[in-house]
Amino acid sequence: MALIINLILLAFSESGSHQGGILDVNPGLIFWTAITFLLLFLILKKVAWKPILKSLDDREKFISDSLEKAENARKEAERLFEENKANLAKAEEETQKIILQGREYAEKLKDQIIEESKNEAKKIMDAATSEIQRKNQEAMNTLKEQIVEIAVNAAEKIIRENLDKELQKKIVDKYIQELPKN
Amino acid sequence: MLYSETKITSDTLTAVAEKSSDTGWIMHHILDGNTLDFSPFAVINLPHFELFGIDISITRHVVFMWIASILLIAVFVLVSKRYKSSMVPKGFTNFLEIFIVFVRDEIAKPTIGKGYEKFLSYLLTIFFFILTCNFIGLVPFGATATSNISVTATLAIISFLVIQAGGIMKNGAFGYFKGLIPHGVPFWLLPIMFVVELLGLFTKPFALAIRLFANMTAGHVVILSLIGLIFILNTIWVSPVSILFALFIYLLEILVALLQAYIFTMLSSLFIGMAVHQEH
Repeated sequence: MALIINLILLAFSESGSHQGGILDVNPGLIFWTAITFLLLFLILKKVAWKPILKSLDDREKFISDSLEKAENARKEAERLFEENKANLAKAEEETQKIILQGREYAEKLKDQIIEESKNEAKKIMDAATSEIQRKNQEAMNTLKEQIVEIAVNAAEKIIRENLDKELQKKIVDKYIQELPKN
Repeated sequence: MLYSETKITSDTLTAVAEKSSDTGWIMHHILDGNTLDFSPFAVINLPHFELFGIDISITRHVVFMWIASILLIAVFVLVSKRYKSSMVPKGFTNFLEIFIVFVRDEIAKPTIGKGYEKFLSYLLTIFFFILTCNFIGLVPFGATATSNISVTATLAIISFLVIQAGGIMKNGAFGYFKGLIPHGVPFWLLPIMFVVELLGLFTKPFALAIRLFANMTAGHVVILSLIGLIFILNTIWVSPVSILFALFIYLLEILVALLQAYIFTMLSSLFIGMAVHQEH
């Protein structure tokens, strides 16, 4: 213990060499250190730390603001996307409805047209049938008239030629002969 | 008794010094002086001043402190200009920003907490000043101002003043000194506690000063001793070992230079934090 104290005392004493000990305190150096450091502190505070720290803070604020903005923009985009999706779904539904309606309408229209055309066809058929029947009737009537006429003619001729048997026979023959020629 | 023992030790050491080779050259490199030694190129004698009978000559360490200061001012003026021109730091600015942000976010913010901005300028200045002084000491022909007890003691005293000022500004003069004594101490213990706490106030800067001084001195002494081995043993064959070891210590010194600047700043910040927020 005493030795350690001695060594410390020795270090402080200037008996070692003319340059002084390693633990010598030099008032001049303290003076200059204090002045140098204080000046350095004041100058650096003014020219360096204040602007640098301010721009660091500004930058950090800018970055956090930007991040926040980006986050907001992302949320907005998400919202819009959801909205679009909903709109799209709605539109899809609408389309389906319209298509369904159209189909229904077309079906109805088709049925209606078919019905109408069936009716039309029936009408035409009916008309044609009645026409045919009328024509048939007409032809029948004409035939009947002709038959009657032929019969009357024949009867007339028979009556006219029926004066004698001979003549009668002749007439009939002649008539028969004439027949196939027609 | 004490005196005689001192005398014996002193005489023994003188005798040893006389018998062995002179080691003054190591001290010459470590200690302050009135010359700038650029031998073999030049030796510049520095002017001598006196103020009120006190020797305030410009010494070697003063000159190197000034070099460090001018370097710092020049660099940071340039850097702060770059910040004005662009928001995005590049290259060297970016490199320095790492240190600035480190001091702010890793030292000041966690140790001081709320209101750290007031002390940030001081912490940044002390950090970069010590760092630059330490590194200038590693440059050939450079002298380490921080390996001088006067310099480190002054820095520690400034730290001490900042710590007390911070505490008093936050808690008021009476509140600060009252806060030094822990709660729930018996009345009769108060005088003792007061002395103990008061001593505690002064041991903190004392430790700061000694730590920085010893660390910066020790590395240099070891390097010089290893190189000196070549001349003391008077053989060239020891030089590879000497140089390898010296190189190793030199690399270690780079780490120590950074570390000591960090530790001084960190502890100053910690003590400021303790003075400002006494409840912890």
